[in-house]
Amino acid sequence: MAGKAKGRKPKAEAGKTAAVSESRPESAAAGSLATIYVMGQAYKVPKDLTIMKAMEYAGYQFIRGCGCRGGFCGACGTVYRTKDSYKLKVGLACQTVIEDGMYLAQIPFYPGNKAVYELNKLAADTQVLVKHYPEVMRCIACNSCTKICPQDIDVMGYINMAIRGDIDRVADMSFDCIMCGLCATRCPAEIVHYNVALLARRLYGAKRAARAQHVQERVKEIAAGRFEPGLDKLCRMDEKELAQMYYDPKVRDVEP
Amino acid sequence: MYPESMQESIRRLEATREARIRQGKIPTIDAAAKKELLSGFHPDYIESSMRELSVGPNKGERTPHELADLLEAWPLIDASRLDLERPAREVDVLVIGAGGAGVSAALVAAEKGARVLVVTKLRIGDANTMMAQGGIQAADKENDSPERHYLDVLGGGHFKNIPALARALVTDAPGVIAWLEELGVMFDKEADGTMVTIHGGGTSRKRMHACRDYTGAEIMRTLRDEFRNRGLELIEYCAAIELLTDTRGNCTGAAFVNLETGELFAVRAKATIIATGGCGRLHVQGFPCTNHYGATADGLVLAYRAGAKLAFMDTIQYHPTGVAYPEQIVGQLITEKVRGVGAHLVNVEGNRFIYELESRDITASAIIRECKGRGKGVVTPTGSLGVWLDTPLIEKLKGEGAVKRDLPAMYKQFERFGIYMDKEPILTYPTQHYQNGGILIDDAGQTGVPGLFAAGEAAGGIHGRNRLMGNSLLDILVFGRRAGAAAADRAAAKSDGEELTLAHLAGFAAELKAAKVPSGRKSPMLLPEYRRPELRRQFSFADCR
Repeated sequence: MAGKAKGRKPKAEAGKTAAVSESRPESAAAGSLATIYVMGQAYKVPKDLTIMKAMEYAGYQFIRGCGCRGGFCGACGTVYRTKDSYKLKVGLACQTVIEDGMYLAQIPFYPGNKAVYELNKLAADTQVLVKHYPEVMRCIACNSCTKICPQDIDVMGYINMAIRGDIDRVADMSFDCIMCGLCATRCPAEIVHYNVALLARRLYGAKRAARAQHVQERVKEIAAGRFEPGLDKLCRMDEKELAQMYYDPKVRDVEP
Repeated sequence: MYPESMQESIRRLEATREARIRQGKIPTIDAAAKKELLSGFHPDYIESSMRELSVGPNKGERTPHELADLLEAWPLIDASRLDLERPAREVDVLVIGAGGAGVSAALVAAEKGARVLVVTKLRIGDANTMMAQGGIQAADKENDSPERHYLDVLGGGHFKNIPALARALVTDAPGVIAWLEELGVMFDKEADGTMVTIHGGGTSRKRMHACRDYTGAEIMRTLRDEFRNRGLELIEYCAAIELLTDTRGNCTGAAFVNLETGELFAVRAKATIIATGGCGRLHVQGFPCTNHYGATADGLVLAYRAGAKLAFMDTIQYHPTGVAYPEQIVGQLITEKVRGVGAHLVNVEGNRFIYELESRDITASAIIRECKGRGKGVVTPTGSLGVWLDTPLIEKLKGEGAVKRDLPAMYKQFERFGIYMDKEPILTYPTQHYQNGGILIDDAGQTGVPGLFAAGEAAGGIHGRNRLMGNSLLDILVFGRRAGAAAADRAAAKSDGEELTLAHLAGFAAELKAAKVPSGRKSPMLLPEYRRPELRRQFSFADCR
């Protein structure tokens, strides 16, 4: 399907095209090519591209394995090895620059276990994480999860906190998780770290952190119709009246 | 880590830093100066970048060529290939798209008892929602009010917003924050629960709520988890290619293609919600973009063919601060929160040139003027231009460690390329970010086509001609929830047995023919094309049949 999917080259205008900024085909000038191996298959691509752009240059049109292209969505977790090394490395395809001789495979999906729960019926106690994810107790402290995390999160550290029942620490330590799932691919104990962390963060947000009283009060005021007359008036105003208010510092003062 | 050619300008920036700190906030510009700046330098004002639509509900109105090419286009597949007699699913509410708007719509519709199905082109959560860093607005502090928020929204939108929509936005905002708290979103708070709020461009009160700089990601992963806990039905990697209607013009479902298997299938629904997001990946005027891979305007195209009017499609938001260096991440977002916490915009000479928290269209235009109009941009090794965001200044203002603490995602983004933004400034230039308009809705999310609702970036009218920071995360939830509720109500009031036809395409095809639209121009786009040009369309298995 990918080959058939509708794709148009965005209009080239003013010497600056989208195709340039996304895949920079013209940077393929002689002498600046590198060889990458996509699932074993060699392609010559311009060096300095990210893995994602290099694969596109090679001819891949992604269906899976590509998401926000900005390092936030976890769709493009990639495992790779470089020439002359046995070591496996990881990176997000959209954020990692290729190296000559890089062997790579994307892991766009992983069949990790997720507990199902009704959040508001859970008690945010020291047992709750272990109860929903008993496999955390099987952690053998190999640290593979931490080593593979493209976000540099101390994954094993927060699993340790989960075992201890410290919801607050798990929530804080895991906050930058983009749920790419690479940790789970490496875990000999079959822990799905990112789902443990997600439960901890939701418990922290809903039950451990104090609720914002000012939000509750404002919701009540709105329900009671306190702002309706003012909004009625504003909604009836024409552009000129609104502009007058908007630019009048006595009406619309800006909080320092 | 910057090349020597850029280092000299950094030294100038460092030399002016103390003086700039003493200077404090620089004045905002007045209405006349704004007008002049926009007409001179905002990309929307480039006449040749747009054309009048020759077909459809907005015939005669202007929109960028890139979008016009999709609206004035033929269906992807021949109608005879679709089996409309035997739809794959029959549901009350069909939601197309699974970002923040789609998922919140589904949650609310299901709460109201509707049988809901979500079908999405990529994965649940693959959306611009996930990428929104800076925050979400709500007037919930004592010194603030929905009226103030309303005036800020209208001012940002140049007073063109549809009042009922802006009103719904500001009125529901505190309730949305409370809902997110209940679901367990980890907002930045004081120990007593008070929300930490800051300014965004164009706000008169500090009403930007954030979750570090992962605000959208934190909201999206929470909503997605709730969706999964409730066991709602989801189909991923299936893209909508056409809406279905009955012969009276009501929307009765949609047709999809499974992107992995090629299977075509229809879904019959009593109400359909389009939550497919915006058009960032069209790369209007060749700009790079901050958007998700899937932002190809599919929903706009389908709704337009079914007869829904679009609003404000002649205005695109360029985020003032896209990455201008390093090359690998050009166009990616540098959240407005960077300016919200105090970073200055500085030109090649080390001087400021605009108040950093003007609304986005103004700030973006000022950066373009500085670079292209005044020749005061910083030149990168590849010859592109940008201005500095003085991020080490944040450490001076908020104390050592503030950058890493408040902007962890941004810090990581640049650290990967050997740039340490707590010690070095970062280079920025405007990037395509948001479609200010979309499918015209009312305050229940209803479009001009009965049975068809829209929410999120796909919908239009709320933000007028320019959206403020933090009102998009808000709008997807406000109108996602409203559309979900209204769609469930509509479904509850209807009996089964809607016809599934493509009757609406006949009239549209006649218009296309009359307008002499070339037969090879087809839409929706579904996936952007980034393969190198010589590889595109060299071979397709379809050619062999």
